[in-house]
Amino acid sequence: MSKKIGDVILDLQNISLRFGGVKALTDISFDVREHEIRAIIGPNGAGKSSMLNVINGVYHPQEGVIVFRGQERKRMEPHHAATQGIARTFQNIALFKGMSVLDNIMTGRITRMKANFLEHALWLGRARREELEHRKKVEEIIDFLEIQHIRRTPVGRLPYGLQKRVELGRALAAEPSMLLLDEPMAGMNVEEKQDMCRFILDVNDQFGATIVLIEHDMGVVMDISDRVVVLDYGKKIGDGLPDEVKNNEDVITAYLGASH
Amino acid sequence: MQFFMEVLIGGLLSGVMYALVALGFVLIYKASGVFNFAQGAMVYLAALSVVGCMEKGAPLWLAIILAFAIMTLFGIATEKFVLRKLVNQPPIALFMATIGLAFFIEGLAPMVFGSAPRALDLGIVDEPIPAILDAWGIVISKFDLVAAGVAALLVTTLALFFQYTRIGRALRAVADDHQAALSIGIPLQHIWAIVWGIAGFVALVAGLMWGARNGVQFALTFTALKALPVLIIGGFTSVPGAIVGGLLIGASEKLAEIYLPPVMQSLFGGNFGGIEGWFPYVLALFFLLVRPEGLFGEKHIDRV
Amino acid sequence: MIYREAGQFKTSYAADQQLFPIRQDRIGILILLAVVFLAIPGIASEYWFSAILIPFLIFSLAALGLNILTGYAGQLSLGSAAFMAVGAYAAYNFQLRIDGIPILISFGFAGLTAAGVGILFGLPSLWIKGFYLAVATLAAQFFIVWCLTKFPWFSNYSSSGVISAQKVVILGHEFASPREKYLLVLSIVAVMALAAKNMVRSSTGRAWMAVRDMDVAAAVIGIRLMPTKLLAFAVSSFYCGVAGALYAFCYLGSVEPDGFSLDMSFRILFMIIIGGVGSILGSFLGAAFILLLPIFLDITLPWAAGLLGLPFSNATVSHIQILLFGTLIMFFLIVEPHGLARLWQIGKEKLRLWPFPH
Ligand SMILES: Nc1ncnc2c1ncn2[C@@H]1O[C@H](COP(=O)(O)OP(=O)(O)O)[C@@H](O)[C@H]1O
Ligand SMILES: [Mg+2]
Repeated sequence: MSKKIGDVILDLQNISLRFGGVKALTDISFDVREHEIRAIIGPNGAGKSSMLNVINGVYHPQEGVIVFRGQERKRMEPHHAATQGIARTFQNIALFKGMSVLDNIMTGRITRMKANFLEHALWLGRARREELEHRKKVEEIIDFLEIQHIRRTPVGRLPYGLQKRVELGRALAAEPSMLLLDEPMAGMNVEEKQDMCRFILDVNDQFGATIVLIEHDMGVVMDISDRVVVLDYGKKIGDGLPDEVKNNEDVITAYLGASH
Repeated sequence: MQFFMEVLIGGLLSGVMYALVALGFVLIYKASGVFNFAQGAMVYLAALSVVGCMEKGAPLWLAIILAFAIMTLFGIATEKFVLRKLVNQPPIALFMATIGLAFFIEGLAPMVFGSAPRALDLGIVDEPIPAILDAWGIVISKFDLVAAGVAALLVTTLALFFQYTRIGRALRAVADDHQAALSIGIPLQHIWAIVWGIAGFVALVAGLMWGARNGVQFALTFTALKALPVLIIGGFTSVPGAIVGGLLIGASEKLAEIYLPPVMQSLFGGNFGGIEGWFPYVLALFFLLVRPEGLFGEKHIDRV
Repeated sequence: MIYREAGQFKTSYAADQQLFPIRQDRIGILILLAVVFLAIPGIASEYWFSAILIPFLIFSLAALGLNILTGYAGQLSLGSAAFMAVGAYAAYNFQLRIDGIPILISFGFAGLTAAGVGILFGLPSLWIKGFYLAVATLAAQFFIVWCLTKFPWFSNYSSSGVISAQKVVILGHEFASPREKYLLVLSIVAVMALAAKNMVRSSTGRAWMAVRDMDVAAAVIGIRLMPTKLLAFAVSSFYCGVAGALYAFCYLGSVEPDGFSLDMSFRILFMIIIGGVGSILGSFLGAAFILLLPIFLDITLPWAAGLLGLPFSNATVSHIQILLFGTLIMFFLIVEPHGLARLWQIGKEKLRLWPFPH
């Protein structure tokens, strides 16, 4: 790969997260470098989704420190993460079901819109101008993802694969510097997976977004990721280049163990 | 001090009544995730069925059996014709549907059984217990004590039912995990029908007690509404919570009703009775600020 | 070429984002405005103004307020009537206690007062959702009505809290006749409905709907939940507050706290369920339906009972009415959760394709 991978922009140190008695994450540390595609793999229940939730402040770990762009913190709220340029998609699609595709993607730009509700109510200059400006940007994303034909459709009526794509669109609309993707290709057929891979690589290439990706399809992971973290039962059991990880003993046993 | 004790005990005993209504809510919520706003209306329906049947000449025991049959049928019909059709709707839609159900009952029941307020005589007199009056000088109604006994009996019965019968265990499994319940081999819909039947039974017991105490009338539905703050305090999924919450609400609202108005009167002038009307709700509101999951509920973090 | 968008190509996003993108809709709205502002004042009778049209408009406004909160922002409230009461009593007191304050300013302040109270009772929504919140709003319902009854200051020491609204005078002209009051109410409602439409089609509304549909995802996108929910409570209560002020000043003339009962709150809720949750148009359709149904029953039931020779009492009418409300709520939630507004939409769609049904 020819792209330039930069310095560490996200550093997770000794993160532990519990739900009541369940230890979802135990003392996990790893880092993410600018512009790379960082994959997180591991069997179901390993704590992968929880890890993403910690990164963008949905879950608050009991222990550990998160350093993002040099800023250290113990606790982060989701909307702070958003304003700092972290966007994400969810394992179980979390679109706004009652809204159209267009409106869903428009919400992705909400942190960039400045007009307040009174300006909206009166439909004054700035409110109106912003709607148009951001609409233009959103249409670009719609073109990029090739979903022009469904822009007016309520997302609840779309098939699964398209919903996943719309969700990616909503995340992209924020023009994030870091994109967290939770199993973006789960439940897709080969063709849909190829499309999604292409979108992810394009986002990484063209927009320079750093990507943290959870994926079960090992072929995909080996193909597109720069480095891989492996989790099992909330613990980190491997971390490195795809090839290193593939040949790691612990990882092999974890995966063989899990498949029984 | 004696007077204080009297108010407190009176409040606790009427709290038992709230707990009885709240219990019905908890059962349905645990088993099907439906917040049944109509539970209060069901109490009204049950009490009306009993007096209605007695007016048509049935003796008390028969009227109670008939009312039980009515409540069970009603519960099953509700499950079949309303809730089953709303399974994949958001909880808020189900909740609103049960508001509709409450209105349905409040319109239908008086049309069938008449709307005039009536007394319900269970043969228990509402008079002070002489022994207690003599010993401590405190007035405690015999009736209230019986009601407390009945409530205790009901809770014990339910607990045994849930613990030791196959259906009971299935119900508990459903509360934890719908998938697991399926593996027990009882269809989910049967389970829900049974739960609605049980909730109907609980409503009947509550209706008998409330009706005998305050008369069978429409105002019953407002009293039953107070089970909602009880639930907030106790937690929606906890039977002990419903009981403790009921007692807490009953005692505190009576104390507030007696002791707050004089204070307010000296501050603002005027007459400040009727605090009971809102006190439980405002108490619940403050409770929400401190412990949103309720006394016995579990803290829950949305999974994404 | 009756109802088509064929041939009306949008050449810019601006054209696409118009309030009514289809030309026939724009014409329709103009006709509607002409009818309600010009034709109806010419032909309707006093009875129509004061018994049907004015309450219809006022309840539409209240339903609109509740719809903003429940339909758009997803926060269930069972206390709308109490916020109307706040508006009514606030407007009364502003008129009473501030010399020479213009009535429209009083209405505006009444809305703001209700908005403040709404924010207060909306605070629990930051911790709790759904029916938990419904219980919290019940606290508002009972507590507010009790306060207005018991603190004599609010009703200027009248007995049992009854207030008589002051005259409605704007720029020296008194709005005394039902026709004039109708026009005043209509203007206020039209402006506020337009403002509501503008809010819900912009990012304010999208933030509300996002919180409604999936709050975690909304937060992750950068929507701050607290201000978004509280804004919904404030705007919603503002609408209910203004509706309450109009209810006292332009409809009943004199009101008491107990008039703003839980039952009224339920009726407003039913308006949005039947009219359409999350629809501006639905608020109006629902209000019309819920107000007209009892009138319809009052007329037809005695007649039908007479025809069938059934015994009949007034109590029965009210029971049948309650029963019907309950049935309709369940029916709509099951069969058409988007209410009458959706039926209207479907009708239009059919018309667009007519006479070729493909
Ligand atoms: N909101 C939550 N509440 C309680 N337990 C949770 C929650 N989220 C995750 N868990 C638990 O944490 C563990 C890790 O889950 P998750 O991060 O979803 O794993 P993965 O994404 O790797 O499949 C599991 O045991 C899961 O049950
Ligand atoms: Mg996961």
